[in-house]
Amino acid sequence: MDYTPFALDLETLPGAVPVRRAVVNSDKLRSVCTAVHQAGGVLHALWGCDERDRKSGYTLRVALQDAAGLLLLELQMNAAQPCFPTLADIFPAADRMQRATHDLLGLRAQEGDTRPWLRHGSWPADRFPLRRDYAGGGPPAAPQEGYPFVRVTGDGVHEIAVGPVHAGTIEPGHFRFSVVGEKVLRLEERLGYAHKGIEKRFETQPLMQGQRLAARVSGDSAVAFSWAYCMALEGLCGVVPPPRALWLRALCLERERIANHLGDLGALGNDAGFAVGLAQFSRLKEDWLRANQQAFGARYLMDALAPGGIRCDLDEANRRALIENLPPLVAEISTLHEIYDDHAGLQDRFTATGCVPPALARKLGLIGLAGRASGQSWDLRCDHAYAPYDKLAVRMQGGLQGDVAARVAVRFEETLESLRLCQLLLENLPGGELQLSLPPPTGRLGVGWIEGWRGPVLIALEPGEDGLIRRCHPHDPSWQNWPVIEHAVIGNIVPDFPLINKSFNLSYSGHDL
Amino acid sequence: MLRTLKQITRIGIISEPVPLTATERGERDALQEKIRRIYGRALCIRHVDAGSCNGCELEIHALNNPYYNLEGQGIKFVASPRHADLLLVTGPVSRHMQDALRRTYEATPEPKWIIALGDCGCNGGLFGCSYASAGAVSDVIPVDVTVPGCPPTPGAILSGILTVLNTPRAASVQESFHQG
Ligand code: SF4
Repeated sequence: MDYTPFALDLETLPGAVPVRRAVVNSDKLRSVCTAVHQAGGVLHALWGCDERDRKSGYTLRVALQDAAGLLLLELQMNAAQPCFPTLADIFPAADRMQRATHDLLGLRAQEGDTRPWLRHGSWPADRFPLRRDYAGGGPPAAPQEGYPFVRVTGDGVHEIAVGPVHAGTIEPGHFRFSVVGEKVLRLEERLGYAHKGIEKRFETQPLMQGQRLAARVSGDSAVAFSWAYCMALEGLCGVVPPPRALWLRALCLERERIANHLGDLGALGNDAGFAVGLAQFSRLKEDWLRANQQAFGARYLMDALAPGGIRCDLDEANRRALIENLPPLVAEISTLHEIYDDHAGLQDRFTATGCVPPALARKLGLIGLAGRASGQSWDLRCDHAYAPYDKLAVRMQGGLQGDVAARVAVRFEETLESLRLCQLLLENLPGGELQLSLPPPTGRLGVGWIEGWRGPVLIALEPGEDGLIRRCHPHDPSWQNWPVIEHAVIGNIVPDFPLINKSFNLSYSGHDL
Repeated sequence: MLRTLKQITRIGIISEPVPLTATERGERDALQEKIRRIYGRALCIRHVDAGSCNGCELEIHALNNPYYNLEGQGIKFVASPRHADLLLVTGPVSRHMQDALRRTYEATPEPKWIIALGDCGCNGGLFGCSYASAGAVSDVIPVDVTVPGCPPTPGAILSGILTVLNTPRAASVQESFHQG
């Protein structure tokens, strides 16, 4: 897209993905956002930074994706009155990010919803944990403040409140349904229960070890987040990891994607009353994790990556063994795919359930796997193929139906595609070094951007002067996708909610931070 | 349908014996006897995510896959703390979950056991204690057994569950918590 009319002073950040940065004023922020939206672009993240110690008040950062990559807009605000124009009318997904920016940093959007989002009352409303002078303490806040849910009234309407402790093994969150009979009229989500202060915690971590906390932003996306962290740091230090390390990282990332897809395909069968599906897929997933243990020494690759490269190598015997595992798994998945497709009961539950048509998906900014099932064709491995994906010609999967069936289908297809990528990665694995040591950072802001199994994850990293992290903002695509579930369930029956929710399988931890 | 049946028979039963030594097996049998004596039925577990990164949950899920045959050991997961004998608690306890965790604990009938799962449940893990994280589970409710790991493997979780009933209860701790 052409930014000439806006006279933006674009600076390109060094790193493995294309990122341009520009400082804007309030008016320009809105007009550029509008133009990016009209040209088909999406909002990725919105967050704030306290720059008062550098005598420049506060900064709001807005990350947009256009055809050329990531466009990072920066708005400076004075310390006395930190507020910014709302972007929620352009990108509805901005709403909760704006509210969180107020809860954590005290930067207020000038219009829109002012209810707290991540703050439930564990800290007072006038204290802001991400300010650099926040010392904790202050008057103790009420343990849980009431939350003004939007009420639906009318004949026969009643409310069902679920969570934060759920009946199954899932993360904590609260869902408020307004229903008539079995039909959902409205769903309102209340998240933030898993907020454990990750961003503030980053500021106590050594810059060269922050990937460990990043891996734990959302455990199911450990490789994606730790890679994004390493990518951001390597950009700051001007280092490109050795080819073998990059290929092994991609192998780990695709293995993480496959493990999650196998788990979800089983759980989706189960939620539609087909327990055999769960038994079969969880068996395949267990085999897959055991192969991880055998090859890399861990079932979950929480600490496989390190700045400058990778910590785990793959010896020849294990490389062969991993290759040999692939064809039988492809055959198993194809069999199960046929079984799912032929099962009338399953298809009845999957089809036309939890539907997000492409136009709605585009309007709300649905992204990642769920977005691709609703016609939103974004996949960083194809859009801006960072190494080694530039050598792999990833085939993007997708659909247009936007229902549970489409999200199931995309998982089947992506699993097979990732298995193909694993084969390529294993067969062409370059030799050489595993890790380079990093010189001290020269840049002030680094960005990592990785297509995780759920969608694109982003890390924005600023180094401090003391070898610690100054600011690190991790962003999970669940931020964009959670609000879409509120739309997807309208008109469906309450018993289909678990199935619809599972078909998105969003992260609570990655969102609540 | 035919395909489904074919798949089921082709794969067959894949459950593995729990990899225990003879003495551990003896202990396990004694434990199962104890479960039967105390409850006259399966040991019922309720999982509570008090703020984890969701890694621990993935391994709890794995415990329910056909390899581990959990129900064959006389153990099952239940949907309500009121039906539970044991709470399996993950995560550093976020301050936003502190109340819900306490209330879940209170809703669980006596006698009850508590396992703190994962490095985070044991000691707050990488998240530590902060304005938003209360740290270890034992800082909020009494804990009988801790299972470290990030995340702990299904085998480690299973042996944690099997040993919890043999662990002396933190009775005095519980007293003081109840009074406090
Ligand atoms: S112990 Fe590890 S896997 Fe479990 S919640 Fe903590 S960080 Fe996540």
